[in-house]
Amino acid sequence: MTHTNHPPTEPDLKALAERAHNMRRLMMRMASGKGEGYIAQGLAIADFLSAMYFHELRYDPADPHWPGRDRFVLSTGHYSIAFYACLAEAGMLQVEELPTYGLNGSRLPMSTFENVPGIEVCGGSLGQGLGQSVGMALAARLDRNGARVFSELSDGELQEGSTWEAAMSATTFKLDNLVALIDCNGIQADGAVHVAIEPVAEKWRSFGWDTREVDGNDLAALTAALAASREPDGAPKAIVMRTVPGKGIPTLEKRERAHFVRVGNDEWDDLTAEMEAHYHG
Amino acid sequence: MAEQVSGRTLGMGEIVDTGAKPFELAPFGTELAQLGKERTEIVGLTADMGRYSDILPFRDAHPERFFNVGVAEQSLIMTAAGLAKAGKISYCTSYSAFITRRAYDFVAIACAHALAEVKIFAGMPGFMNGYGATHQATEDISMMRGIADLTVIDPCDATELKQVVRAVADIPGTVYVRNLRGKVPVELGADYRFIPGKAQVIHEGQSVGVIGTGFMSARARDAAKVAAERGVSAAVLHVSTLKPFDKDGVIAFAKRFDRLVVTENHKISGGLCTLVVEALYEAGLMKPMVKVALADSFFECGAQAWLEHKYGIDLPRLVQAIVEGR
Repeated sequence: MTHTNHPPTEPDLKALAERAHNMRRLMMRMASGKGEGYIAQGLAIADFLSAMYFHELRYDPADPHWPGRDRFVLSTGHYSIAFYACLAEAGMLQVEELPTYGLNGSRLPMSTFENVPGIEVCGGSLGQGLGQSVGMALAARLDRNGARVFSELSDGELQEGSTWEAAMSATTFKLDNLVALIDCNGIQADGAVHVAIEPVAEKWRSFGWDTREVDGNDLAALTAALAASREPDGAPKAIVMRTVPGKGIPTLEKRERAHFVRVGNDEWDDLTAEMEAHYHG
Repeated sequence: MAEQVSGRTLGMGEIVDTGAKPFELAPFGTELAQLGKERTEIVGLTADMGRYSDILPFRDAHPERFFNVGVAEQSLIMTAAGLAKAGKISYCTSYSAFITRRAYDFVAIACAHALAEVKIFAGMPGFMNGYGATHQATEDISMMRGIADLTVIDPCDATELKQVVRAVADIPGTVYVRNLRGKVPVELGADYRFIPGKAQVIHEGQSVGVIGTGFMSARARDAAKVAAERGVSAAVLHVSTLKPFDKDGVIAFAKRFDRLVVTENHKISGGLCTLVVEALYEAGLMKPMVKVALADSFFECGAQAWLEHKYGIDLPRLVQAIVEGR
């Protein structure tokens, strides 16, 4: 076991796009016929998860508990559909298990819990991920193991006060091994984001974070921002990712932005075909 | 006349009426500093309450392993959980009122649900300061024992607290401890051994059984001595672990007596009194019982002794409960 997975200097964007597409395929299979599920949000962050798990993150699929691993903290537990697809693509979950998504008694519920290897925190109660990431980053520094912590959170979570407690804390402790990844997809439970969270990037900058803003569905931009986040300059890093719900399926991209996007039982096959055509077109 | 431990002026939030009793200064932080030498995976945290939680001896001994997150209890618990999930044992401190009421969801989900190695030493629980309702965690046991997979401990004195500091490092998962700070009395004998989850008789007697937790157990023992002078013999069972609750130990103890007194530095509902009533009812054991605990109320500001007298958890009240059964 080498336990090394240093990111290559140049990302293979074509390979990353293929990974993201594979994840989207898996997600469509998981959501098909369920009548609910967070497919729009999941499709939106597939590109980011690809950049993370197949380029930037240092981990060992055969040893998910390797103490020196980089940590990826998914705070938005309801993005589980994308996370399970990603873990399957990375070889930490069996693809055969994915159809149990959201079913009674499944190990893969609609929100993430810590029972699956590779899931670092239970993500359903929003506003708890970044603060735990601060603790993990402190531990990595104490252990001098070079591990970094990547902490995903959403634009909705910017409305949780605890997010800003953690943001101040990371600057106080000069955690340059911590990267916050803010998924701004513009939706929250009651519909479009209606709280005055903008300008997001400026808020993070004012909290002392080295902040970049990118198209969260642009793999070149994502991998470049992640590469820039490796700087050991004493400042925590933030990447504001603007993502498109339903990304990869034009019909869904245009559909009304809602926490649960409406997909009719008879639509899944057509949408999947549209996704394939869009990717290969 | 202030005494100093790591820069902290003693006085506020300490147990009153220590009288001529022997005491130890800052037993929590002193013991944790020592334990930190033996176990390098231990880290210490506070939310701007280092000075008032006695954790400063740990900071002074292990500055690189000490983190003050500022006035932010949610951040305190999240950070402690993150450190724990990366292999550390996190000892964290603040006032119990702030940890329980402000950071409840974080204790439940980030810590207990994950079986995270977070050891919460919560300062000034119950009536241990005069700052009124904002600072008086009079329902903390009730709240904390409502969380699954969480251990809840209310130590009696400095002797037990020091043992608890060590023991919790080996109790799996998250533990909530009602901390005692400053000049902490030494009430239990040198032969006392804290056993997690086990209630222990700390004073023997014949006709009245007193069941207590925290420093109220020591007060109950003092009251039993006064009662003995008035011809009533009482035994005291000290229940330091509220969760898991030693149901069998309590039932076996209660069976021995004609009547019972239950006492805690906590509201009458949700804590020890409730636990005892549930256990005895389920066992079909009906005994006359007097509860010496706080009413379901918010309380005003005032000196601890004054509050304890006014709201009926002081020594004379316990003596009355034991002697008169009312």
